[in-house]
Amino acid sequence: MRTIFFKNKPVIICAKSIGGPKECAGDIGEFIDVKLKDDMLGEQTFEKAERQILYTAFSECLKSSGKTENDLDAILAGDLLDQIITATFATRNFKTGFLGLYNACATFTESLTLGSVLIDGGYMNNVMCGTSSHFSSAERQYRYPLELGCTRPPQSQWTVTGAGACILSNKGEGPKIVCSTVGRIVDFGVTDANNMGAAMAAAACDTLVTHFKETGLSPSDYDLIISGDLGTLGSRILKDLTWEKGWDIEAQHVDCGEMVYHIDEKDYQGGSGAGCSSMTFCSYFYKRLKEKKFKKILLMATGALLSSVSSQQGESIPGIAHAVSVEC
Amino acid sequence: MAEKNCFINENYLNYVKSISPKTNEKRSLFRAFWVGGFICCIGQGFRYLFELYLGLSGDELAAYVSMILIFIGSFLTGLGVYDRIGKYAGGGSIVPITGFANSVVSPSIEYRTEGYIYGVAAKMFTVAGPIIVFGIVGSVLVGLIYYGIYNIF
Repeated sequence: MRTIFFKNKPVIICAKSIGGPKECAGDIGEFIDVKLKDDMLGEQTFEKAERQILYTAFSECLKSSGKTENDLDAILAGDLLDQIITATFATRNFKTGFLGLYNACATFTESLTLGSVLIDGGYMNNVMCGTSSHFSSAERQYRYPLELGCTRPPQSQWTVTGAGACILSNKGEGPKIVCSTVGRIVDFGVTDANNMGAAMAAAACDTLVTHFKETGLSPSDYDLIISGDLGTLGSRILKDLTWEKGWDIEAQHVDCGEMVYHIDEKDYQGGSGAGCSSMTFCSYFYKRLKEKKFKKILLMATGALLSSVSSQQGESIPGIAHAVSVEC
Repeated sequence: MAEKNCFINENYLNYVKSISPKTNEKRSLFRAFWVGGFICCIGQGFRYLFELYLGLSGDELAAYVSMILIFIGSFLTGLGVYDRIGKYAGGGSIVPITGFANSVVSPSIEYRTEGYIYGVAAKMFTVAGPIIVFGIVGSVLVGLIYYGIYNIF
């Protein structure tokens, strides 16, 4: 059984998002809480800028929740950089406990799942979950220098500059986490590091089908089924794969990566990165849930677990997806 | 590792390949052709200018033209313009010597944050290094073949 049902449904009492200029100009830009005009935030390095982005998301979230640092028991965070330096460095000014997580772009739902477990089990009262990514720091780690004049293949995606953070609590008002399905690592042998949508779609399909089987729910029970950052191509593959397994998610499915920018499929397939799902969820979807426009959604962030070493050595890309069911 | 590769799903890979968007080859070739050709024309223009006004010729002339093109490539990289040209032109702006300058300057800028020794100097040739290595190895091989032919016949 990979689905966890929470008895004392943890409440997402507040959520804050922060996004770079390109993200704020995108389709969900108006819902982002902190809109950056400069993606460097006056810092000297991209890494420091990303750190500042995640720190801002955390502190804004804490401020708006009306809680203090002492009320917070732990921060669960992760990012894309080696040794998750963004998450660890961004939380060094907090006096709370820290659990660093890495599941590439699926880290956000991993943190929500584990945070919910801690609260549902009665071990903690308030935990903060968050992830971030930065286009320039990710590009530098996984691909080429920014100023190098090379073309991007049409199946590639654009790493989101942004972060999202939310506080889970054992009491309070807000959308509740009902259950979550832990993903399995699925690798069908995709080796193209530019085609992460295809690498992750198989894992997403596995998690989705497992979720429906174990909960007895069907796609129509949800208002929305939100995948993390499959992009246009990956979303199409996911719909095809789940259709093949006997589930039709066409009507409910949306993809954070697809909606975060004004998409031009000729150029690239949409947004990606650990900050993609967290920024989108903590801005647009959280606000819509609070307004009760959506009653029940399934958030499934997807991650491509590759490193620059593994892809240079010709290894294929294992994918993972964790699903979290949220209702208001 | 006995179970190696048993997870690979050929059907899936073929399916992914069939629906992945393809690069528009005609468009890429056309753009590469005109931008690459235009850069070469600029080089040739400088060649005529230097010949006419500085009275240079032969290797000296070639060195001056290379230097000015390397300068232009580096300068445009520093201004953040060359990567935009590269995004449009693809191979057309990579192959000329300006592209080589871009591949040396861009990592130098990027890794400036790690300091001058471990950043700029060490990472300067991460992109251009293989080109230099294969260029030298290739020219040695060609030299050996040429030497062999020249001595035998």
